[in-house]
Amino acid sequence: MIDKTLPSTAAAVAGIEDGSTVMIGGFGRAGQPVELIDALIEQGAGDLTIVSNNAGNGDTGLAALLAKGRVRRMICSFPRQHDSWVFDGLYRAGEIELEIVPQGNLAERIRAAGAGIGAFFSPTGVGTELAGGKEERTIDGRRYVLEYPIRADIALISAYRGDRWGNLVYRETARNFGPIMAAAASTTVVQVDEVVELGALDPEAVVTPGIFVNRVVPVGSRPWVQGGAFVGGVDIEGRSCQVRS
Amino acid sequence: MPGALVTRISREELAARIAADIPEGAYVNLGIGAPTLVANYLLADLEIILHTENGLLGMGPAPDAGLIDPDLINAGKQPVTALAGAAYFHHADSFGMMRGGHLDICVLGAFQVSATGDLANWSTGAPGAIPAVGGAMDLAIGAKDVFVMTDLLTKSGESKLVAECVYPLTGVGCVSRVYTDRAVFDVTGDGFRVRELFGGTTIDQLEQLIRLDLRNKD
Repeated sequence: MIDKTLPSTAAAVAGIEDGSTVMIGGFGRAGQPVELIDALIEQGAGDLTIVSNNAGNGDTGLAALLAKGRVRRMICSFPRQHDSWVFDGLYRAGEIELEIVPQGNLAERIRAAGAGIGAFFSPTGVGTELAGGKEERTIDGRRYVLEYPIRADIALISAYRGDRWGNLVYRETARNFGPIMAAAASTTVVQVDEVVELGALDPEAVVTPGIFVNRVVPVGSRPWVQGGAFVGGVDIEGRSCQVRS
Repeated sequence: MPGALVTRISREELAARIAADIPEGAYVNLGIGAPTLVANYLLADLEIILHTENGLLGMGPAPDAGLIDPDLINAGKQPVTALAGAAYFHHADSFGMMRGGHLDICVLGAFQVSATGDLANWSTGAPGAIPAVGGAMDLAIGAKDVFVMTDLLTKSGESKLVAECVYPLTGVGCVSRVYTDRAVFDVTGDGFRVRELFGGTTIDQLEQLIRLDLRNKD
């Protein structure tokens, strides 16, 4: 019997080594695997390279990992946000390295890693400073730059539901980087609201097939979803917004 | 001032003007900031499909206060809704929609636009600033038509339309049209041509403001 589920987030992040490259899903707070990041902070691995679209929000999740001094290098498209004060401070103090990648190139480089592509030519960034030093080629009259895949040792992602084979479905725009990061890491660790019985996920609607997933850990419902129904959440500033009855 | 010649339109009027140029059936991405205002002026009886690069086609307006869903946000990380007919997708698909030429129009802000359609809108290059590009470069080269929405002049009175961009580039030769508070400009292969003047603005006034020859007299 295949059973990729684990009983705790601590077990799910066991074995992550110092110096690892870790992909962390999410776009801002949507889809950020906060419970797994908390477990990684507890687990203690440091000197990490983090691949994530942003560089943390507020003082929780990825921002908390940064605040602990565990991250040597960030690869991301958009670190600077209104609530990215932890990263901003580290960067200005020269305590973290930063590689800025246009968001679509970041996504495609991650996708390429999972799909076994050696490199690809992208039109994004041509003629800009972010293409500096990269090989350029004109194909059918259009200019492109050569981009290489980004692989990771570990991916930490958040999905909505999963089964013991690792099949996953996501919720709304919290899907974002989950499916491509799942395929791009040697070990993919997924937190889900709920582990469901094998066969409970419609095969026509599975977004990430279990072949890309190694570990699944249930962390309980997100506060704004109960019994599969949306019940109102908090906005990005943390203000409570319950559904009016 | 009574009798003063009006030479500028408001940001809201400009958003409405851009909205009027977006046809039914178009797939459209509205950039973060002022371009998001355009959504407020799209005619309700036209089916225009809004794309947000974090993974949604068929984006609807902001939710009522009691219905904010933290899993459902736009590229500016603000809460939004999904219309009937909406679709979610992952980031590689989302940016494939741009790069692959499937998106009809995007509307972006700008620091500068050059006479050959180069766009600078992601970095002022100021020392000490934390760089952040997001999807700006993908949008700039991806959409079939890139519309820029901006004031013609900076707060200190310098033209944002320039012979060559001084700020770091977002994309090369990518802008098709510039909507400003004083006029609408097409980017031709050979400089800017005024498409529409607002209020009492004249071609001569514009040439003085931007210090470039316009192609309208050719």
